[in-house]
Order: sequence, then structure tokens, then C-alpha cells
Amino acid sequence: MTDNKVIIVGGGHNGLVCAAYLAKAGRKVTVLEAADQVGGAAVTREFAPGYQVSACAHLLFMLDKNISSGLGLEKHGLKLAAADMETVSLSQTGEHLFLSGHEARGGDLSAADVARLKQFNARMIKFADVLRKVYKGRPPRLVSHWQELKALAKLGLAVRGMGREDMREFLRIAGINIYDVLQEQFDSEMLKGALAWDAVLGGHLGPRSNNSVLNYLHRLTGDVDGKRGAMASVRGGMGGVTAALAKAAEAAGAEIRTSALVSRIIVENGIATGVELDRGEKLIASTVVSNADPRTTFMHLVGLKHLEAGVALQVRNIRSRGSVAKLHLALDSLPRFAGLDEKALGGRLLISPSLVELEQAFDFSKYGEISESPMMEITLPTVHDDSLAPGGKHVLSALVQYAPYKLKQGWESGRAELLQRAMAVLERYAPGIGGTVLHSEVLSPADIEREFRIAGGHWHHGEFALDQFMMTRPIHGSAQYATPLPGLFLCGAGAHPGGGVMGSAGRNAANEIIARGDGA
Amino acid sequence: MNKKDHHKTFVYPTAFHSRTSRLNQMQACHRWKDYLVADVYEDVALEYFAMRNSTGVFDLCPMTKHKITGPDALEFLNRMLTRDVSKLKPGRVSYCVWCDDEGQVIDDGTVFHMRPGEYMLCSQERQLDWLSISALGFEVTITEPTHELAALAVQGPTSCSVLRRMGLNDIQNLKPFGITWFDFQGSELMVSRTGFTGDLGYEVWIEVSKAEALWDALFAAGKEYGIRPIGTHALEMTRIEAGFIQAGVDFLPADEAVRPGRTRSPFELGLSWLVDFKKPNFTGRKALLEEKEKGSRYNFVKLDIAGNKPARDAFIYNSKKQVVGTVTSAIWSPTAKANIALASLHAPWGKPGDELYAEIYYQRELKWSRVMARATVVEGAFFDPERKKVTPALDF
Repeated sequence: MTDNKVIIVGGGHNGLVCAAYLAKAGRKVTVLEAADQVGGAAVTREFAPGYQVSACAHLLFMLDKNISSGLGLEKHGLKLAAADMETVSLSQTGEHLFLSGHEARGGDLSAADVARLKQFNARMIKFADVLRKVYKGRPPRLVSHWQELKALAKLGLAVRGMGREDMREFLRIAGINIYDVLQEQFDSEMLKGALAWDAVLGGHLGPRSNNSVLNYLHRLTGDVDGKRGAMASVRGGMGGVTAALAKAAEAAGAEIRTSALVSRIIVENGIATGVELDRGEKLIASTVVSNADPRTTFMHLVGLKHLEAGVALQVRNIRSRGSVAKLHLALDSLPRFAGLDEKALGGRLLISPSLVELEQAFDFSKYGEISESPMMEITLPTVHDDSLAPGGKHVLSALVQYAPYKLKQGWESGRAELLQRAMAVLERYAPGIGGTVLHSEVLSPADIEREFRIAGGHWHHGEFALDQFMMTRPIHGSAQYATPLPGLFLCGAGAHPGGGVMGSAGRNAANEIIARGDGA
Repeated sequence: MNKKDHHKTFVYPTAFHSRTSRLNQMQACHRWKDYLVADVYEDVALEYFAMRNSTGVFDLCPMTKHKITGPDALEFLNRMLTRDVSKLKPGRVSYCVWCDDEGQVIDDGTVFHMRPGEYMLCSQERQLDWLSISALGFEVTITEPTHELAALAVQGPTSCSVLRRMGLNDIQNLKPFGITWFDFQGSELMVSRTGFTGDLGYEVWIEVSKAEALWDALFAAGKEYGIRPIGTHALEMTRIEAGFIQAGVDFLPADEAVRPGRTRSPFELGLSWLVDFKKPNFTGRKALLEEKEKGSRYNFVKLDIAGNKPARDAFIYNSKKQVVGTVTSAIWSPTAKANIALASLHAPWGKPGDELYAEIYYQRELKWSRVMARATVVEGAFFDPERKKVTPALDF
């Protein structure tokens, strides 16, 4: 007996987007979130008494404009504290490099680099546009069905439409590594180091790894108010995005339950028929949508025994080992970086001074060790937003790479070591910062796995790579949101088009469910 | 043998090697999954007729054996195999196939439900890799005791008498596909009424340290019952007469196929009776359900061919001289007195009554000739004696 209901497992941003669109289409939707507040990895929470921080993702740069306007997120409270943030690539000697849109200044830039950066950016955005086109809907399948062939042809045309030279270049670089591409283009080590950061952020890869160009293009599909590659800080932290999404979903008629941990997806006669909560409560649904990552969904919630063996093997083999740690500091005062004024502290501060140092930092994680000198992306949200800390005090939020999920020494002792190494690096750029730290928190990938319930602690719910991309994301046969298990859909970052606070996976999944007439 | 050192041995002798090598007059052997097995000991015809008229003993050690235990053992097998294993009671054996996700047959074999919850899966091919993949998400323990468990097939009308003479009391009451246990010199001897010959016969299983003693006891008991060791050539004849298919001959194991379209589903091997869609999930179910709705690409048939020239490797034609398939196995059957073949035909060919021809090439004194022999689709095994099924087993 069904209640003709859609249950969404997980109230992350994609789950909420999916809920909002399904509710708008008249579906009866219930979102079940395990934590006591919605948001998943786009969430704000206290990490020390009186100090709030975006606990996982900390900048907004990929949220789909059509989703934010379509769901009226501003009306529901989404407010940017800062848009179009500048990137400052830090130098220990105070000769920082500043990047804003196509413009660059400072550091070891040559005049030629400045000119080439404009061309490079323009071309990369053009390439990213190809991805943007296919991100709008479900990825095509490689079968001879007119609908799929049409979608494939559209993709082919998008590539062909770039013109002969660009097409050739796109096909040449899309599968290779950012190191080779940047070496061809630029002289400035600082510029190359800074650009490469965006190609490796969040993944288990270094600048010399293949798929790094793909990651770079993926990031460039995003925009803030139409400005490509821009970044924004959200008022109240990233939880502001998901709070607005939750309101939009509820306004559309969706029901949201927090502190509702789904312990399993119920499978009866080969069909997903509902979920069971950890306290034993069973909820029946005609359609179950999982915002959890695919490994958690299939291995822990469904159980591999309910899939066919080949599918189970593919799930087991999804690469999703996180390599990023999160560092949160409560600071007594703003840190002082040589030659950097307070206004610049409102930007995104990078410690990724060169390709070589970034690659060397990655080398450690290949062998299950923490980088000796970790690379970092630092934000000081309190520069724009006084709601996060007591007056005059500050919060530092940093993404620290590399911190391998499978750490040889284990994360119990690894956490302190990571903190110590990260602080040593920070001290080199902002001498005296250690003395201003009131509280600190380190989230290793193992902590991220636990807190956000993402298998492997991978932000993107699975490595973003050509073999886990489009029609093979998360696995072949499950790429169009419907899974091999009838009644179960995926709507999270593990599905096409992937990670980053975009909402596209959630919207595409909702569209697919609506188009199929499911959950009605 | 230390598993680490396996590469130092070119080919494994089986547990019966000391006995079989002495009897192997022809020194004719081949490699079956890294074990040395006899093609023929003395003469194929003598060995064949031993199986059909008295008792033939085939060294079954190379048969890959997998033991499956643990709380999810049954559930695991039910997800892996196409048929419903929950119907298989302790002390029973059943024939089975398993498929990949595309519904293509990986291998066939026999599943033994020994003691409650304790299973053994036997197959010609090594399957530990696929079993391990299939075990993801299940609480099972899978071991492959192929090298530790010696086995012999004891097949033919006098096989029951031989085993009784050997001291296996009451063995005549074991039903087809039943399992029973005896004490043999302080070790456990497992006997199943199973085989690959389509006749009355047993398979006996014992730890390798007792293998030679078992062989000696068996041959001593069988002396007056016409017991004879038999090689794979004679076994091949009996299994074709019984209509049994063989991996690598009648179908290509799906995990070995490189080219698309070379594999077969259970439906395409005439094994639809092994597919139980009442089970909500098993590997290949989706694809097989779709095949059932859309129709299969191939039909697997038994052919009775005119004349006496074996239709080995023959193309099969329809009345319009179009090639509609190929023979996969063929012999002249001495017992059925018929020229028989197993063949894979493109659908829709292969219905009883279809007018088909086998293109047979043969030579007489080095002169090659070709004949287009009429081939008739037949149903049921070519050789299916009553004594195979009767319990208590008849005393010959």
C-alpha cells in the first residue's frame, strides 16, 4: 500500500532543490534529514562557543542561477555577504598575486602573462560552456534511441560549434592535466600555482594528475550573478543557502523532518518501497530519492545484495576517497599578512605558491600521509559578516590539502598533526597568528564522512573524473537519476553533473522523476 | 602444496596421479584448469562401453569446488544462480547456471546443499573471482578446496554394485541428486548420485590423503564388475548422448568473451527451466526478463542427423540454403545408434519439424567429400535409461 509519496533521504542542498521542484510539480514530498538542521555539506554550525562557520563548503560559486531565481531564494532569505571576491595568492615575502576575473596583478607576473591570462580565461570559459549545456539535463545514454542520440548530437554540435581551432584544443586538453596546460601558457610560478588550485580542489589529484583540466572546467561552469569564475560569501555562512532552499521547498508544500536518520531503504520484491528510520519507524513511499552519496545509498541504505552482482561491483569501485580537511579557527583578532590590507582579507586567500609545491603536497597523500606543507584556501567570513562571531573576534575557515582519507597513522592522532602542520604553514605567511587562536577544529575526511555521512569523506560524493562523468556518473546504468532498483532515484552530487553547491543534480533528478510520472 | 609456489609446477598432478599414470597406456593427457587429466587410458571405445555397460571411473579432481558457508549462504546463492536454491534441501544437489548482469551464462555447474547451510558449488571453470564479486554485501565465507578435495565419477550400470561391494551399505537407496556420507578408513567419504553421463552413477569425494586408498578399494571392489578408468574422450561421448552442454564447447563463458554477441543466455541454451523469475533479484534477471519479452537471438537444439558421418563443426542450413547456425558438439552415438549433435541456431530456427541440413565434411582414405545431411530437431535426451532414475538403484 502506498501513500503516493516521495521520500527524499537527506536534506543537503540537492535534496532540498529536488524537494522544491517536485513539490512545485504537485508531488507530496517528505525530506528526511539525519542532522538537527538541514544543509548537509552546505551548512553553518557552531564550532566553538559563540563562533559559527560553514562547516564544509565555504564559498558559493556554482549555484545555478535558474535554480536560485526559479525557487526565489532571495525572497526566502539568501543574502550574499560578499560577491565577486578577489583571489589573493599569498607570498611569504609580501609580494602577493591578486586575481579578479580576467585581471591579474602583483606577484611575479610578467606583462605577457597578464595578456595571456585574458585569452586563457576566455577560452576556458568557452570550453566550460560545453559542460554547462550538458549540465542542464540528464546525461545522454549511449544507446540508439532518438532522444539519446539527439542529446549526444547536441553535445557534439556544442563542441563543433566552438570552431575548428578551439575544438581541436578542447579535445586535446579536456582529458589531460593542468600542469602541462599551464606550463604551455604562463611564466609566473605564482599564477600557475593559483590557477592549478582550482583544478585540484576537493579531489584526490595533483596538478600533474589527469582529470585536473576537467575539474578546472567543471568549476568554471559556475558563476555569481552571471560573472564566470567568481566567488561569493553567503551571509550567515553556507547554511544560508540551504535555509533558503528549505523555505522554498516548504513554501512549495514539501515537508521537512530533521533528526530523522534513515537507517535503510526498504526493498520489497525488488522494488524500493520506503525507508526505515533508526528508531524503527517505517515510511512508505512510491518513490525514494537519495541525496546521500551513491556508495552510502547502495552499500549501506539499500544493501548490495538487492542489486545484481555487476552493479554491486561498480558501486564498490566508485572512487570516493576525500583528500581535503577542514580547519576552523576562532581568532582574537584579524591575522596580519605582510603587505596585505584588511580589505584584501575579505577575499579568498590561497597558499598554493607554485605547481611544484602543490604537486609535492599531493605526493604525501598518495602514500597515505599528510602533506608536510599543506596547501590551503582560506576565508575570513567575519570580515563581511558580523553574525558569525562575537564583536571584534574572527573566524578563519580553511580547506587544507592534502589529507588522505586512508591515513596510515589513523586520524585519531593525525588530526593533531594536521593542525600543527597547517598552523606552521600559516605562521610562515601570517607570523603571530598562532597567538591569536582562541579555539580550533580540524575535520579530517574521516570526520567529514562521519558528520556529513559521505562515504570516504569526499565532497563531491565521488571523484570527479572522466570515468565517473556524465553517462558513467556515478556508475553506468544509474546515470539518469533512476537506479537499477525500481522506485529509487539519486539526486546528489554523486549523480550528474556532480559536486559543488550547484543544485543541478537535484533539479535534474526532479525533472526526470516528473517526466517519468513517478511519485505522482 | 604451498600456494605461493604454484608457478614452479607447470601442471598439477591430481590426487590419483600415482594410480592413473600407471594405467595411462597412451600417456595422452591435457590440461584442465592446471591439472593433468587423461584423454584416454587405453582405447576410447572400451572406455565408452565400460561406462554404458559396466563401470567407468573418471578422475574428477580438477573440477573446481567452492564451499560456501555463513549466515547469508543461501541468499548469496539465490542472488548468484538463476534458479531458486531455497528449494534445495540439505543432502540434495541440483544443476544450475549463473549469468552476468547481461543475462549471459558464465558457467554451469552443480550446487550441493550438504549439511544445513553448508553449500558446495562445482564448476568446470575457475569461478572464485566471480563468487567473490557476487559476495559483495553478503555475510558468507567462500573457499576453494579444489586442491584438498579429491573426487571420482563412478558411472555406469554396475556402479551401484561396485560401491556396495566396497562396503557402502544402503547406497542403492540414495535417490538421484541425493548426497550421503560414509566412513572410509576414518575419513568422511561423501557420495552423491550425480554425474555427467546421463546414466546410473555416483560421484565420490574424499580428502586427498585418502585418495589413493579410495582408488584401490574401488578398483578392488569393481574387478568383477568390469570397472575401468576412463578419459575425457569417452566422457565427451556420454555427455553428448545425455544432452549435457559444456563450457567452452557449447557456449562461451561470458567472462571470457571478447566479441559482442558470442555469449548465450540460459534461454539460448535450452535452459529456461533453470530461470526462476519469482525470485525478486538475481544477477541477470533484468536482462533475462527483457529477453523473455522481446525474444531470444538463438535456439539451442538436439539434432538427429541422417547418415553416420559425425556432423562435427557443421554449418546448419535451412531449405533455402541459408546458414541458420552451427553444430557445437556431435558424435555417432553407439548406444542410441544415431548420428547426434547439439547445435546453436539463429531464432526462429530450431522448432521441431523445421527442415534443416547439416553440411558435413568427411574423408575416406584421405579423399574429402561433403554431404548435406537432413537434420531433425528432437526433444529429450538421446540416451535416457530408466535405471538412471530408479531407486533403489538396480543391481547389475
